[in-house]
Amino acid sequence: MTGPGDFDLNRRELVAGGSAAAALTSLPRGAHAETTSMDRPTRMKVSLTVNGQRRDLELDTRTSLLDAAREHLHLTGSKKGCDHGQCGACTMIVDGRRINACLTLAVMHQGAEITTIEGLGQPDTLHPMQAAFVKHDGYQCGYCTPGQICSGVAVLAEIKAGIPSHVTADLNAASQVTEAEIRERMSGNICRCGAYSNIVEAITEVAGRPA
Amino acid sequence: MKSFTYERPGSPAEAAAAVARTPNAKFIAGGTNLLDLMKLQIETPAHLVDVNALGLDTIEPTPEGGLRVGALVRNTDLAADARVRKDYGVLSRALLAGASGQLRNKATTAGNLLQRTRCPYFYDTAQACNKRQPGSGCSALDGISRQLAVIGASEACIATHPGDMAVAMRVLDATVETVDAKGATRKIAIADFHRLPGDTPQIETALKPGELITAVTLPKPLGGTHIYRKVRDRASYAYALVSVAAVVQPDGSGRVAFGGVAPKPWRVEAAETDMARGAKAVTDKVFAGAKPTHENAYKLKLAERTLTAAITEARA
Repeated sequence: MTGPGDFDLNRRELVAGGSAAAALTSLPRGAHAETTSMDRPTRMKVSLTVNGQRRDLELDTRTSLLDAAREHLHLTGSKKGCDHGQCGACTMIVDGRRINACLTLAVMHQGAEITTIEGLGQPDTLHPMQAAFVKHDGYQCGYCTPGQICSGVAVLAEIKAGIPSHVTADLNAASQVTEAEIRERMSGNICRCGAYSNIVEAITEVAGRPA
Repeated sequence: MKSFTYERPGSPAEAAAAVARTPNAKFIAGGTNLLDLMKLQIETPAHLVDVNALGLDTIEPTPEGGLRVGALVRNTDLAADARVRKDYGVLSRALLAGASGQLRNKATTAGNLLQRTRCPYFYDTAQACNKRQPGSGCSALDGISRQLAVIGASEACIATHPGDMAVAMRVLDATVETVDAKGATRKIAIADFHRLPGDTPQIETALKPGELITAVTLPKPLGGTHIYRKVRDRASYAYALVSVAAVVQPDGSGRVAFGGVAPKPWRVEAAETDMARGAKAVTDKVFAGAKPTHENAYKLKLAERTLTAAITEARA
């Protein structure tokens, strides 16, 4: 099977192989040339339930959950921004919790229920959060948007579940959906275009309060 | 990232044995710090032992009236636990001041204690770093040191412990429980858990190779007002420049530990007798012998002022 996803994978493997070869010529003192581990990737089987569908994969153990979704399942809605858990563009909802899909291995999620932006809604069946982002212009370039929307859905669930935040005034009282709460809880999702105020309006509307 | 083999053992002792018998093996729990470092080839394990299926994810009362927090309790769940919010507010507040919602959902209690420094020279593999590559030197000493340690550091390393949770654990006098490859268990006081760098900054904790944290135990509640005050470069999702974990009693006595200033949560119990006299009396003793760089001397004043703010908040 060939497709854009396959090409991406091949190109990345080529780049990774190239930089590994370059690294070998300039190893720092005391470093071991671990050619065997670089030459022999370990592959493992893993079964995930992604957007309600069971998916069986055999992956290099190094594959992040994000790369499994994008490169192997061709679910390219989740984005790779920083690949270090700093930007939130890769946010998925895994077993009911939002996480950075770039900072976890696919093989660690045997049997997990994973929801990506594609599973929240499709163009003709938008999730209310997707519709609210459209209505409020909660983006400019759109790259961070899938992560923002997955995070926004999970933030409202976290407030509903009584999980406090850094700005919750009384730890022993229920948190409210306020602008301060939304901003604090969304701090793991960076928007380089700076659409924050519209993102807050979109989330606030979905929470059932006037923006 | 270097390739690695992977296994998911069934019990804590099996996990400890798996790491002990496999060369260059590491435990992985939340993975939020380890995988970040593996992508940068700062950590290069050849084998990962996934401990996520071991249970160890409950918070139970202890016979002494405290709480036993399983090693795998996620930061979100520990911060949100009703008993923690009511009786150990400083811990809940410290957790909520750290990282992002996504990271707190993954990060574990044990993993948080074990997180590595965010010293920029540790992260930059082109720079000398005795912690990353023992004997290579320390680029931070003459480098950008604004974020780095003012006390407890050494000529070999001036990195800080980056966490918030451990600072609260220190002020609460928590105990770390472990199991080793032979199944033997032991308890380590949080005060003894993190090591100062000396000339071996690569050794950061009292854990032996293959020793697995199973729980962190909190003593019975201290009462008082619990405050965690964190000063950082932006309002959310940033490491502390200085943080203060304080438990202040109605008579003005109390306990205090500082984050962002040292290679471990920094607490000097002898200084706490001066709590009722105000922040300066305390910080003069807590930071006696501090050796700041020209770029981070501000932390000494900032620590005093942050403690002043915490004491003021406690009295309000």
